[in-house]
Amino acid sequence: MKLGFSQAEEEFRAECADWLQSQLNGDFADIKGLPGMNSMIERRKDWEQRLAENRWSVIGWPEEWGGRNATIAQQVIFAEEYARAGGPNRANHIGVELAGPTILAFGTEEQKAKFLPGIANGTQIWCQGYSEPNAGSDLANVRTKARLEGDEWVVNGQKVWTSLAHYSDWIFVVARSEEGSKGPKGLTFLMMDMHQPGVEVRPIKQINGDAEFNETFFEDARCPADSLIGTPGDGWRVAMGLLAFERGVSTLGQQMGFRNELDAIIEAAKANGLAKDAIVRQRIAKAEIGLRLMRYGALRMLSNADTAQIDGAALTYKIQWATWRRDLGELAMDVLGQAGEIAEGEEYEWSALPNMFLFGRSDTIYGGTNQIQRNIIAERGLGLPREPRGDK
Amino acid sequence: MEFAFTDEQAMIAETVQAFFKDNATSERTRAAMEADGIDRELWTAFCTELGLAGVGLPEDFGGAGLGMVEFAIVAEAAGAQVAALPLLGLATAARAIAAGGSEEQKAQWLPRLVSGETIAASQGIHGLTVAGNTLTGDVQFVPHGASADLFVFIGDDGAWIVRKDMPGVSAISHTTMDQTRPLATVSLAGVEAEPLADAAAARHALQAGAWICLAAEALGGAQETLDRTVAYSLERVQFGRQIGSYQAYKHRLADMMVDIEQARSAVYWAACAVDEGSDEAQLALHSAKSFCADTYFMCAGNMIQLHGGIGFTWEHDTHLFFKRARSILSMYGNGDWHREQVAALIMGEAA
Repeated sequence: MKLGFSQAEEEFRAECADWLQSQLNGDFADIKGLPGMNSMIERRKDWEQRLAENRWSVIGWPEEWGGRNATIAQQVIFAEEYARAGGPNRANHIGVELAGPTILAFGTEEQKAKFLPGIANGTQIWCQGYSEPNAGSDLANVRTKARLEGDEWVVNGQKVWTSLAHYSDWIFVVARSEEGSKGPKGLTFLMMDMHQPGVEVRPIKQINGDAEFNETFFEDARCPADSLIGTPGDGWRVAMGLLAFERGVSTLGQQMGFRNELDAIIEAAKANGLAKDAIVRQRIAKAEIGLRLMRYGALRMLSNADTAQIDGAALTYKIQWATWRRDLGELAMDVLGQAGEIAEGEEYEWSALPNMFLFGRSDTIYGGTNQIQRNIIAERGLGLPREPRGDK
Repeated sequence: MEFAFTDEQAMIAETVQAFFKDNATSERTRAAMEADGIDRELWTAFCTELGLAGVGLPEDFGGAGLGMVEFAIVAEAAGAQVAALPLLGLATAARAIAAGGSEEQKAQWLPRLVSGETIAASQGIHGLTVAGNTLTGDVQFVPHGASADLFVFIGDDGAWIVRKDMPGVSAISHTTMDQTRPLATVSLAGVEAEPLADAAAARHALQAGAWICLAAEALGGAQETLDRTVAYSLERVQFGRQIGSYQAYKHRLADMMVDIEQARSAVYWAACAVDEGSDEAQLALHSAKSFCADTYFMCAGNMIQLHGGIGFTWEHDTHLFFKRARSILSMYGNGDWHREQVAALIMGEAA
């Protein structure tokens, strides 16, 4: 058991850091440290292309698709150095982290050739069509319908909380393709073009005044018959496989962002004198400890080759970071005091810490609420019986 | 990136877990609680048969080599069964002597501590009258202090070895809430103590040993409270269902698991940081002691609540965990003190 990285890994770290810093202090200085997901999309697409030209955009992918076959340790290092250098949120993170790996794992060779290059270089931005008004945490309750008409699927229904749909080119949709089917059976996983008649996107204004999420409506929207991943009716298995890609390496990069937020709180406390307050010191120390434990928890999960040993432990990560960050937002506002109540400009625009306080309320909801996470931990991690269900 | 047990470490873990599970039984622990809080047969078997008492101590003096990661594995397994052993005294006194003692002191004491022949206890001293190496006054709250043959006392001005049989040394045992680790007041009447050669090194080693021992015990104990409560909630049926199928149960058990996994990262981060001489070692030690103690107390409290009435009885082992957890909160610096040290490390002193 060791904390550090090998000499070769540290050399790789230096290579990443040099390149990233030269770019983000050079041609791409205008998007360094850019907060949020919504602004300067064209510049962020340019950045994806620059990453791709140097084979940094999808380093975990096979070389034939633009990656570097990078080890887990190298992916961890890249994620850390990317965040440390102030790399902006990846415009195509859903394509890079979810759609791409799913296509690599389950797609045909034709599908790989059609989609992977555009994902790798950021020219085709993806979003994820899972949640519906009646199927949030209960994903098996999906009602969006897909029927095969000749050589096309025809899709009708509504998705909600579609992150970044308003600038996406493609969406992967879980739709019900067997009339009368219930639960996880009869679902099909489709890849659909967003730029077609019958697809309408309506942004949802959030409590922080921003709009990253959307409602997405499908009215006789179409895609070719071979646009599905897996087989018709097999969508649940694909969707679950995809969720497994969501946990992993990217958490280490996320933690660098958290580090910056906590440092900003410490700076604010030093500036207004609360850094001497015993209670504030206790709360900051708790936050610091929590952040460190997240880092070593993630390294423990990623270091362990025996996944059976850490599968249960890995289930705890979502609730851990989401709760930590919600509490961090509350700490930020307590440290800022009334200064945190004043918007930055004339519009309802927030500087980083008050925005984090507001946005943090979504962290404990999206991707499975804290309550659903506890059920998952209890049932899959601890082997407790399932709650009896109302529909059975 | 190798923040996972090596094969050898996994083997040690398996061995010590089986040893304590088989031997540190409820009956034996309760028998020790009736006496002086030490299961002597278990201690002898641990030191001589298992051969792991010397983990983290130099091989030249009878130790087993290895480091704090391996020591944490041992303490975690002992803590899981609330074993009635003077392990904390070994973790502190032997480490202080190994780090700060002269060659003669090491040669005289380490082999006897590792073999279990000598039982040790340690404590920080406050308010004693110190004249050169002559100590006068009461040292309070010495864990297993009435049973110890040897003390290592650490103060601001030095670190000393005091033998129980030195003139002027006496000890009074208290009835302590956690009977697996009773506290004593050790009285020193002008005792000519034997100074450790390097007091600063001794203090550092003693504190690291104490904090890792307590954090690892807490981790093992917390995991055991979770495992036992899960087992109970599968076996107990109310209103026609296993109680573990109710969301109110599941959510509390899930919260225990979330904190325990962080506690596990904390213990092994701290142990690795000490072994590697990392800059983060102090931060990691304070983090581990405070976080793990809090986690254990939360889990042990939940264990009582989730067992219902039986969890409140003397007959059930729930109270052994709960009382051990409570005592760990206070020992070698409470949570607020450790978090203040973290705050000082990351943002400077308060005043």
